[in-house]
Amino acid sequence: MAGSLRKRRRPGEAVIRGLLFIAAALSILTTVGIVLELGNEALLFFRTEEASLAEFLSSTHWQPAILDFGIWPLILATLTTSVVAMVVALPVGLATAIYLSEYATPRVRGTIKPVLEVLAGIPTVVYGYFALTFMTPLLRSILGVSLVEIFNTASAGIVVGILIIPLVSSMSEDALHAVPMSLREAAYGVGATKLEASLRVVLPAALSGITAAFVVSISRAIGETMVVAIAAGAGPKNFTFGEDNLFGYILNPFVAGETMTGHIVRISGGDLSYNSIDYNSIFAIGLALFVITLTLNVVSRRFVARFREVYE
Amino acid sequence: MTTVGKPEVNEKKRVDLDVPMETSTGMGLDTVAMEAVDLNAFYGKFRAVRDVNLSFRDKQITALIGPSGCGKSTLLRTLNRMNDLVPGARAEGEVRFHGQNIFDASVDPVELRRRVGMVFQKPNPFPKTIYQNVAWGARINGIKKDLDDLVEHSLRQAALWDEVKDKVDESGYSLSGGQQQRLCIARAIAVKPEIILMDEPTSALDPVATLRIEELIQELKVNYTIIIVTHNMQQAARASDYTVFLNMDPDRAGYVVEAGTTGALFTNPAKQETEDYITGRFG
Repeated sequence: MAGSLRKRRRPGEAVIRGLLFIAAALSILTTVGIVLELGNEALLFFRTEEASLAEFLSSTHWQPAILDFGIWPLILATLTTSVVAMVVALPVGLATAIYLSEYATPRVRGTIKPVLEVLAGIPTVVYGYFALTFMTPLLRSILGVSLVEIFNTASAGIVVGILIIPLVSSMSEDALHAVPMSLREAAYGVGATKLEASLRVVLPAALSGITAAFVVSISRAIGETMVVAIAAGAGPKNFTFGEDNLFGYILNPFVAGETMTGHIVRISGGDLSYNSIDYNSIFAIGLALFVITLTLNVVSRRFVARFREVYE
Repeated sequence: MTTVGKPEVNEKKRVDLDVPMETSTGMGLDTVAMEAVDLNAFYGKFRAVRDVNLSFRDKQITALIGPSGCGKSTLLRTLNRMNDLVPGARAEGEVRFHGQNIFDASVDPVELRRRVGMVFQKPNPFPKTIYQNVAWGARINGIKKDLDDLVEHSLRQAALWDEVKDKVDESGYSLSGGQQQRLCIARAIAVKPEIILMDEPTSALDPVATLRIEELIQELKVNYTIIIVTHNMQQAARASDYTVFLNMDPDRAGYVVEAGTTGALFTNPAKQETEDYITGRFG
């Protein structure tokens, strides 16, 4: 019997399709909501008499008590912890990824990967106390107590770096692993060593994925809160150009400093009243954080588009 | 660095095509580029190649034919230890190259692969420019001088120069499939190997590109010993001097049924198995 070609109704399909769409839309709507809220509250801050965008972007003092709202002390502390974190995480993470993807036997990889994932699952507050009670004393015993303060951005940065090693290595390893075997064989076929094949064929071919891993990791380092709140210091490192030594103080990782996230969490944890200028100021900081990570993303996309090696 | 001794090779020496190729005996070393002796290849416990004894003539083209899964590619990839890269792969027996067993602990597989190059089934240029593709092998082998000449020479030898001379800075992927395969041949030539192993080099190409590669292979044999795996019997008949027919036994281990000059093997096979295969009764 010839079946009818008449269109059948499949209500299940439509329901599933709708649910999937809602799931996808939810994350976009959340992002839009966050940006709107950030922008809205930040606008309230910039509209007050006491604060201005010009001061926010130019002043090197963040002292809400006397209505100084210059973002630079917070940005530089964030920059310091993030740079230290990346100095730790990028080489170690990338080396781990190359080892796992190119050198490790399946058995070794099967052992190391889960261990790395455990590392990624440790709560960041634990890392915070690890920084304060282990890394800081270690730095102080190596470099001297006169050089390293009890609260310092280096210790926090190193531990943030350790915290994001699994992220760097896992994403980089995925990118390296995705490079087709045929390219490695081509390299070996002309007499390449494993190191030459790994560094001069596989790594460049995986560049876009590795850059993505780096950018996600940098964003994570910039946004990391708990470790820096516990170990980096509790007070913006205000400075004055000309008076304060650039490397001895302003960018010195061994003195205390408060990062953008560290400041937000400290201020919002106190008795902050809604709609006060202090309250609104943390949204301005949040917006600045958002702009920084967004810029990083855009720049890295351009970088990848320019330098990546597209393989088939 | 290298542990493989390199005796003088007489460039002009040619082998009479009518001399039947015997297996591993009766030939002077100077006419044999490479020799497999009691060679067995395994993947884990599975034996993929069984008891192979073969001599590959210097500056000649030897084709390996046989049904799918008979171990032709495994045999080929064992000859420059490319199969070392496959987890669980191992070989027993000997492959003699310049009088030395390539499986000896003293042999450096990296140097071996430099001298026994390889062209693969699917064109696999690096995601780099045409120039960088050809120069890559030379660069990692420490050659820095006259790279331009080397690249041009290699591309000319691979019959690709005229097509790419104005765009050597474009990506290797901008080329057609057949051009990509010739680029891969140029890349293999650029490190000056003695033997080039080709693993079904035309299986991903259209008939016109295939013919082009076959012509190229003929030109290359002036300078190189070529061992080519092909599933295409016409290709073996057209393009090779010697042919080795492999089949697999009930345990799926590949073994050599017959080897000889291509003319003799195709017109007057000694074994019924060979005749059945080349007349299309199986495989």
